[in-house]
Amino acid sequence: MSASSEKKNVALFVTCLVDLNRPSVGFAAVKLLEAAGCTIVVPEVQTCCGQIAYNSGDKESAKAIAKAVIRAFDGFDYVVAPSGSCAGMIRHHYRELFEGDDTMMVAVEELSTRTYELTSFLHDICGYQPEGVRLDTSLTYHDSCSSLREMKVRDQPRALLGGIDGLEIKEAEDREACCGFGGTFCLKYSEISESMVDTKIENLLASGADTLAAGDLGCLMNIAGRLKRRGADMKVLHVAEILAGMGDKPGLGEGDN
Amino acid sequence: MPSRDKIFSRIRHNLGRGPLKEEAANALKTRIEGHAPHTIPKRTDIPHKEQVDLFEAKATALAATVARLNALEDVPEALRDYLAAHNLSTKVKMAPDKIFDDLPFDKTPMLEITRGAAAPSDEVSLTPAFAGIAETGTLCMASGPDRPSTLNFLPENHVVVIRASEITGTLEDSWARLREKFGAGNLPRTVNFISGPSRTADIEQTLIMGAHGPRRLHILIVDDDG
Amino acid sequence: MQVTSRRFKEGAHDALHDKNIQQAFSKVKSGFPVARAKSASELPEFEELRDSARDLKNHILENLDYYLEYFEEQVQLQGGRVHWCSSYAEAREVVLHICREAKAKTVTKGKSMITEEMALNDYLSEHGIEPIETDLGEYIIQLAHEYPSHIIAPALHKTKDQVTELFHENHGKYGFNERLTDPQALVNEARSVLRDKYVAADVGITGANFLIAETGSTVIVTNEGNGDLTQSLPKTHIAVSSIEKVVPTLEDASLFLRLLARSATGQEMSVYTTFSTGPKRMEDIDGPANFHVVLVDSGRSDLLGSDKQDLLRCLKCGACMNHCPVYQAVGGHSYGWVYPGPIGAALNPHMVGLEEARHLPNASTFCGRCEEVCPVRIPLPKIMRHWREQAFETQVTPKPERWGIGIWAFFAKRPKLYRLMTRVSARALKLMAGKKGVIHKLPLMKGWSSVRDFPAPEGATFMEQWKKQQREGK
Repeated sequence: MSASSEKKNVALFVTCLVDLNRPSVGFAAVKLLEAAGCTIVVPEVQTCCGQIAYNSGDKESAKAIAKAVIRAFDGFDYVVAPSGSCAGMIRHHYRELFEGDDTMMVAVEELSTRTYELTSFLHDICGYQPEGVRLDTSLTYHDSCSSLREMKVRDQPRALLGGIDGLEIKEAEDREACCGFGGTFCLKYSEISESMVDTKIENLLASGADTLAAGDLGCLMNIAGRLKRRGADMKVLHVAEILAGMGDKPGLGEGDN
Repeated sequence: MPSRDKIFSRIRHNLGRGPLKEEAANALKTRIEGHAPHTIPKRTDIPHKEQVDLFEAKATALAATVARLNALEDVPEALRDYLAAHNLSTKVKMAPDKIFDDLPFDKTPMLEITRGAAAPSDEVSLTPAFAGIAETGTLCMASGPDRPSTLNFLPENHVVVIRASEITGTLEDSWARLREKFGAGNLPRTVNFISGPSRTADIEQTLIMGAHGPRRLHILIVDDDG
Repeated sequence: MQVTSRRFKEGAHDALHDKNIQQAFSKVKSGFPVARAKSASELPEFEELRDSARDLKNHILENLDYYLEYFEEQVQLQGGRVHWCSSYAEAREVVLHICREAKAKTVTKGKSMITEEMALNDYLSEHGIEPIETDLGEYIIQLAHEYPSHIIAPALHKTKDQVTELFHENHGKYGFNERLTDPQALVNEARSVLRDKYVAADVGITGANFLIAETGSTVIVTNEGNGDLTQSLPKTHIAVSSIEKVVPTLEDASLFLRLLARSATGQEMSVYTTFSTGPKRMEDIDGPANFHVVLVDSGRSDLLGSDKQDLLRCLKCGACMNHCPVYQAVGGHSYGWVYPGPIGAALNPHMVGLEEARHLPNASTFCGRCEEVCPVRIPLPKIMRHWREQAFETQVTPKPERWGIGIWAFFAKRPKLYRLMTRVSARALKLMAGKKGVIHKLPLMKGWSSVRDFPAPEGATFMEQWKKQQREGK
C-alpha cells in the first residue's frame, strides 16, 4: 500500500446509473477508495450530474442540477465518480455552463480541479495497486469516449488491472471507437447506435476475451444489452468490480445467478 | 449597397468594430512584410549533403524515381537510358530554359528534342526545377517564358533536372529563394509544388497512379556541390 | 441542390441497409485514419503546429477585412480581377457573366466545395454552358447526377461496378465501348476522355484551398493534377473561393500545408500544390490570359463573433468525417447537404436552417474523435451542443423529447422525490426481468428495446443500501 498516511476526504459521486442499475459498482468504488486510504462520504442529496439535460440542449435544467451538485460536494478534498462521463461533465462542462457567471465560477473551478474519474484517481492520486485479488479470466477493456478523451484515462485502468492475479488482458481492435451509447443518442437514433454497437461487439468478440470491462456503466449497459440480444457469450463488468475482488459476481444482464 | 461594401460592413459589424485603426492596420502590414515562419520541423536541420539524401529518399517514397548525375552534360544520356528502360517515346518536349542550351544531345541522336510549351500529343517533358524540398521530397517549379508550367502536367512522363545546390530543407527556403529572385510580394504566374507522380484513390479507395497529371516522375539530381 | 437534411433518419435507415454503402464507408476507418495517425506520429512537431494553426486562423478571422482588402489589392496589381458576392445567386451570376464574356461553350472544373454549395453546375447547364468536372471522383458523380458523399473523396459511395456501368453508358460516344472492370483501366479511360475536354474548354474553374494576401495568389491542392490542367490550359481561369480562405503570407500557408494533407489522407504533402498569381505574364507561352477571383460570403461573415465562429477555421481536410463512427455508419448523403460528417453536423444548420438540419447536431454521441483530429482544433461537439441548446430554446426540439427531459429534470432537481422514484423503478424493473436478468421490452423506451435487452437493476438502489449500511454501522 503506497497511499499516504494522511487520509483523503473523498466524496463519492455515485452516478445515476450506478445508483439505479448496478449499486455493486458503488460499493466496489467505496471498497477501493478505502483500501487506497480515503475516508468516504456519500452526500445524500446527489441525484445526477445534469449531463442528460445539458446534452439535450436544456441548459437551464442542467444549470439547476449542477448548482445542486456544486453545493452538495462542497468541502471535500476530492470528488470521485466511477464514470469518466459524469466526472468529465463536472470537471469540464460545468465551466461552460456557467461561463460569464462570475459568482458561480469560483465554486465551479474549485470543484472542477477536485473531481476525478475513479481509476485515474486510484492510480494517479492515491498510487493504489490492488493486492491479493485473483480473477482467472481473459479480459478486454473498452475505452469509453469521455474517459479517454475528456479525462485522459487510458493507461490507468490497465495498470490497475495488471495487478490482478490470473487476469490476462486481450486488447480489441479499434478499442478507442465509440460503442454507440451516447446517452439519449441510443434512444433517438437507435438504428445508427445499433450499427455502432455491432461494430464494437465484433471487435470485442474477435479479441477472444471472456470478459469485458470498462469504466462507464452507460457503455457497459449498451454493450451488454446488445450482447444479450444477439445471444453472444461475454461477461460484462465494471472495472471497479474486478479491482475490488467482485469479479466473480454475475455480469450485467445475468440476473442473480 | 454593392456586395463588397455589404460583406465588409457585415464582417466589421459582427467583429464589433469599424475599419481597423491605423496602428492596428500597420501592425498587420508589418506582419505580412515580415512573413515570419512558424515552427519548422527539425528533420531538415541537417547538413546539406544529408538534405540531398533526404530529398532523394522522400521523393522515392512518393513513387518518383531518382538518378544522381555528376554533371549537367550527363542529362541527355540519363534521359535516353530512362526512356529506353521504360520503353517510352524518344520524342521529348524540353523547356526553353537556357540551362538546357548547351546539353550535348549530339551524344543521343535517337532523342528527338523540341522546345516550347506542352501540346496534348507530347508524351515526355524535360524541365528544370526551381528548388527541391528535402522535408517532403517535393519539387518547386516556377513558371516563366522559359519554363511553361503545362510541361509539368500534360505529358505522361515528366523528367525534371535539379542541381543539388537547389535542394534545400523546407517550403520556407523556397519562399526565400523566390523572393530573392522575383522580389518580395511577387510570385511567378505559377508555382507548382510537385510531390511524386499523379494519383487517385477515387475508385473504391484503391490507389491508382497516373490520374490526370504525369504517370511517371523521374528526377535527375545533378551534383554541383563539389 | 435540393436540401434533404430533414430526412436524415430515413436516409440513415436506407444507408444502413445498403450493402454497397456499408462496405464503402466502413472501409474508411482502415484507410484514412490509419494513414493520418502514421504521418502525425512521424512529425514530432505535429501537435504544436495544430496549436499554431488554430491561433493563426483565429488571428485571420479577427482581421478578416484587412487581409481580404490586401489580397484584393495584390490580385489587381498582378492583373487579375476580384468579384465580391454576398450570396450564392450573385456568385453564380458573376461566373456565368465571365463565361459568357469568354464565349464559353464548355468549362472544365477542378474540385471545389464552394461551387457545390452554389450548385454552379446546374446553373451553368441551364444557361447553355457545359460544366465538366475533372477530379475523377467528381466526374463519376457528375455522370451519376449525384453530389459528393465525402469532401475529399466525393465518389466514396460508388462501387467499382457502378463506375464500370457509368463509364460504359457515357463513354461510347468517345469510342470507348468496352466494359472495363480493372480500376487502372477505368482511370486510364477517364484520363483519355477528359484530356480532350481540358484542351477544348474555354474557361477553367477551380476552388481555392488558400488565398495569399501577400502575393494575391490562389492555391489549390490536388493529387490528380486535374486542377492544374483546368487552370492552366483554358484562356480564362476563375478561382471561386469563400472569404475565410485568405491567409496573410506564404509562410502562413506553409503552416497549413504541413497539416492539411497529413490530416486528410496521411500524405506529407498532396502531389500537387499550386500557387496561381494573376494571368499569364507578358512573355509567357502558356497559362490563362484572364484571371478572376470570385469571393463568396454567403453566411460566412454571419458566423464571425458568434458562438460558432470557430467553424470558419475549417481547412476542409475531411479528418472529422474520416474518424466519425456515425459517418462511417450512415455515409455522406444522409446528411442531406454539401457537408457530411461532424463538420456538416455543425455547419449545415447555419447554412440551410436549424429546422431543416435539426437532426444533424443531434445525431452524435459526442465521442469527441472529430475534435481530437481536427488540424485546427474546431470544438465540433461543443458547436453541435450549441445547436441543441438553440433548438431547445426555440422549440425546434420535438415536444416528446422536451417533455422527457422536463420530467426527468423535475425529479433530478428534487432529491427526495428522486430517491422515491428510483427505488420504485429499480424494484419494478427487477421484477419485470425476473430470473432472466434482462428486460426484452422496456416500456416507453422503444429506442432501447428495438436494439438491445435492458440489463436489469440489482433491486435496491445504491443510496438506500448505503443508508441502511450507515444506519447499521456497517
